[in-house]
Amino acid sequence: MMLDAATLDWQALNEAVRDGGREIEIIHCTGERFIGAGASDKKITIHGVPGNALGAYLDGGEIIARENVQDAVGDTMNDGRIVVHGSAGDALGYAMRGGRIFVRGDAGYRTGIHMKQYQEKRPVIVVGGRVGSFLGEYLAGGLIVVLGLGCTDVPAGNFIGTGMHGGEIWLRSLKPPQHLPPQVHLEEADEEMLAAIRPQLEEFSACFDLPMSQLTEGRFYRLTPNAQNPYKRLYVQN
Amino acid sequence: MREGSFRNLSGCAVSAMISKEGRRFSGADIIRSIRVMHDRSNGLGGGFAAYGIYPEYQDYYAFHVFYDNMAARRECEAFLERHFDIINLSKIPTRKIPQITDEPLIWRYFVAPLPTKLAESQLDEREFVARCVFRINVQLDGCYVFSSGKNMGVFKAVGFPEDVGVFYRLDEYEGYAFTAHGRYPTNTPGWWGGAHPFALLDYSVVHNGEISSYDANRRSMEMHGYRCTLQTDTEVITYMIDYLNRKKGLTMEEICSVIAAPFWDTIERMEPAERQRAEYLRNAFSSCLITGPFSIIVGFEGGMLALNDRLKLRSMVVGEKDDMVYIASEEAAIRAIQPELERLYAPKGGEGVLIQVKEGAGQCR
Amino acid sequence: MSIDFQYPEFEVERSEDCVYCGRCVKECPNGVHILTEDKKLRTRPQGCVACHRCAAFCPTGAIQIVRSRHASRANANWSEQAVTEITKQAATGGVLLSSMGNPENYPVYFDRILINASQVTNPSIDPLREPMETRTFLGAKPDTIHRDANGNILPQLPPQLSLSTPILFSAMSYGSISYNAHASLARAAEALGIFYNTGEGGLHEHFYQYGPNTIVQVASGRFGVHKAYLNSGAAIEIKMGQGAKPGIGGHLPGAKIVGDVSRTRMVPEGTDAISPAPHHDIYSIEDLRQLVYSLKEATGYQKPVIVKVAAVHNITAIASGIARSGADIIAIDGFRGGTGAAPTRIRDHVGIPVELALASVDQRLRDEGIRDRVSLICSGSIRSSADVVKAIALGADAVYIGTAALIALGCHLCRSCQTGRCAWGIATQNPELTRRLDPDEGYQRLVNLVTAWTHEIKEMMGGMGINSIEALRGNRLMLRGVGLTQKELDILGIRHAGE
Repeated sequence: MMLDAATLDWQALNEAVRDGGREIEIIHCTGERFIGAGASDKKITIHGVPGNALGAYLDGGEIIARENVQDAVGDTMNDGRIVVHGSAGDALGYAMRGGRIFVRGDAGYRTGIHMKQYQEKRPVIVVGGRVGSFLGEYLAGGLIVVLGLGCTDVPAGNFIGTGMHGGEIWLRSLKPPQHLPPQVHLEEADEEMLAAIRPQLEEFSACFDLPMSQLTEGRFYRLTPNAQNPYKRLYVQN
Repeated sequence: MREGSFRNLSGCAVSAMISKEGRRFSGADIIRSIRVMHDRSNGLGGGFAAYGIYPEYQDYYAFHVFYDNMAARRECEAFLERHFDIINLSKIPTRKIPQITDEPLIWRYFVAPLPTKLAESQLDEREFVARCVFRINVQLDGCYVFSSGKNMGVFKAVGFPEDVGVFYRLDEYEGYAFTAHGRYPTNTPGWWGGAHPFALLDYSVVHNGEISSYDANRRSMEMHGYRCTLQTDTEVITYMIDYLNRKKGLTMEEICSVIAAPFWDTIERMEPAERQRAEYLRNAFSSCLITGPFSIIVGFEGGMLALNDRLKLRSMVVGEKDDMVYIASEEAAIRAIQPELERLYAPKGGEGVLIQVKEGAGQCR
Repeated sequence: MSIDFQYPEFEVERSEDCVYCGRCVKECPNGVHILTEDKKLRTRPQGCVACHRCAAFCPTGAIQIVRSRHASRANANWSEQAVTEITKQAATGGVLLSSMGNPENYPVYFDRILINASQVTNPSIDPLREPMETRTFLGAKPDTIHRDANGNILPQLPPQLSLSTPILFSAMSYGSISYNAHASLARAAEALGIFYNTGEGGLHEHFYQYGPNTIVQVASGRFGVHKAYLNSGAAIEIKMGQGAKPGIGGHLPGAKIVGDVSRTRMVPEGTDAISPAPHHDIYSIEDLRQLVYSLKEATGYQKPVIVKVAAVHNITAIASGIARSGADIIAIDGFRGGTGAAPTRIRDHVGIPVELALASVDQRLRDEGIRDRVSLICSGSIRSSADVVKAIALGADAVYIGTAALIALGCHLCRSCQTGRCAWGIATQNPELTRRLDPDEGYQRLVNLVTAWTHEIKEMMGGMGINSIEALRGNRLMLRGVGLTQKELDILGIRHAGE
């Protein structure tokens, strides 16, 4: 089913998506918000730039954005997959609790903040390029990988993992990230450790038709919460 | 102290009569009717609304205005000239009688909005007129427009209602409908503008009772642009009728379901379609629900609505004879002018009695 | 150690009726009572929080908790509390952490407002014999009326919450309070025809059955938020702020993140669950609109969206912005609102009284002509049915009760929720303690409380001659102030008694 966003306002477009079949292609997207919000069994392909909160509360199925996307993509996403062939804006995958987001290009500030996990529910974000500051802030679970393709410096801004108390952040970088908060533990990954994220990298490679060798070469750093330094030490009972 | 600077509570008497044929008759009868209920008033306010009395000017808004002095009149007339085409202006004829004293200057104007001003305002004609009335009443000192509808007029004063009728020579007018009010205010500075009926455009209200929802209703109406300058029940009820009928497009029957909405228990027992409608109206316009005792008679172009509160805490009876319908606080007030009734009944609480004049008769358009 | 010595605030007095049964030892979660090997009872009053659990369960009524007579030199400026707190911080370097509502001596405006009654000019109504309606609808009212071709009204309202009485249980998360406390609230809401609020910790799968009486909350941490959760409730509340700690986010101590709480929230066991003050996708009012509509889109426009904010200085402009954001209901939480854990300084010094906030928000929304676009819920220490009546007459559509509901469940306001050792089984996840709250009894007590308050509301309405609650809403002439300044009266929009 083909929908032309140029002929519909955002509410009408989303209603058409909800009422439409399992496979939907949207053309001429220019800022229509909330596409695929709460969807669970659709494959939505988007041409043009969709509006904020693309795939919010996504519960399954797949959204493919052929170009760039804006802010709050995959907000509180629970399942399914979002594939972005361009770059993403701020707050990508906010509070994700499941599913995968793959971005070929860069992502903005606050990527993957508040992600969480429980048993088999483990959200994944893989960004091909670089990300802005506050990567993985308040992270409580899940996996974030930033590949820094084409970057010569650390592919993330400042304050990585601030408030982190679970989950993992991986950076492919020639240099280790600097000035990490005391609540974050940093280590360089060896081959054996890297095997842990190989399935996600393979999926990324398949999404964008990139050779695995390009994704795995160079150094990887893994960030995890520092068990020695939890936040509760901030407080005294009164 | 001026009316409106404090909340004014009052008990009252109401009476009304209407010809369903739109036949015009003299105002003498309504004076006789309200006279019977003399003891329900205390001489601090009486008044009438008369419909169909200005057929020769039926396309013009008839403004009845009280002035405290000549300066106020000049100021108001300057305002009127800026906004309206004034077709006719004159003092309202009165009789000097000892029972009515301290009268202000009482003037009448037949006007039509200036087309240029109206277009500039981007308002519909009635809204334009209503806003002008508010501006005069709120902003111009010593001026008070107490009647502003087409082919109708309000006549009111401080005094017993039967004296007020004589004072205004009501017997010399002919209309198809009259309402009357005798007031028993618990405190009043004796200002003529504070007497009832209260009117805006062609809507006029006479009311007996004291509503407990007043401030909830008032604050809702003020949100919708009305200014409750008098702090009386009648004023806020008039605005609610105007808001619901003119601005929201509710019919008079629907308005009854709003201001005297059935109890939820009653609504639940209704047929599904009726229940949904009643639920919708009560919920959507919950701030226009009136609680506490009231009986009101609403006059409007081409008809009349009488309504009691849901618990029927105030008395009201309706009599019918030929094309005439009579409504009053007491049966005696009807019998005084029509002893031979075909039908006499007391409407149930919350159930409106709507009387509409036959299409095309007695109306301006 | 000696430099940090603080004499305990409370002492335990044991009368000669004590039979040394050791029940107090079992009941106290703070180790205050100690049974020695020679069957004597000793006391370690340092742990005592005055929760009265031991006194309540002492079979001979032998225990009394008394305020310590241990004296400091009197000082009207340096209170004992100030000295104690400095000592604690000097010892630890920690931020002072407290719970429940602001206990400080600020004015309680509800206690300076009196309610009207009818005499002569109109009648009061007997609520026992005549209809007296408290049913309340929360949600946006339609702007224009739509009719079919025959002129009949199309009775389609935006989604509404229908309450039998204008009281809801306010947000208290699963985690901050126990499973049994949640079960009590959910069952009571269902029985009463009102709503309870999940708080920000998600919804235990056992409680999905109470969905028609549930408000599901979405906070910045998004704990337990997914599509089924959003669709399970009757309404969705976005928590932007909380009266107990405006500008501060949620903080559930790791001690309470165990088992099902960890699973429901999807955060690791034993680590603190942090929801920061801001939603990091809402940095401005237009972003709030985005979140409101993303929730509406995800739930097919079937649920009203509530936005909850703390009463702060600029609350009128904030509320106006929320009313224009597409929200259906605004919940305003005053500075006395409760919490399971908040920094003491924030709890006691940030925010404003809800009476003033409510009055000015209601008036501001009317001044802007948008009061009908939203309903207002008032919260933050509603202590009695009289507070409910006053709040509604000031302009609220309904009230949230949190602390009052907890007291009904057995809370003794010892203000120690943050320790996770609630002796009454409410604000704890310790299985030994949580089982102390029997949901059968808890639910019944909540039903009793709200039923009693509703009767009292009807009595007061009847006295005013009002027989439907909507005619009380915003009916400020029914209120008079006592001992208030003209400025306070102006903000409240009421007159002084005698006027």
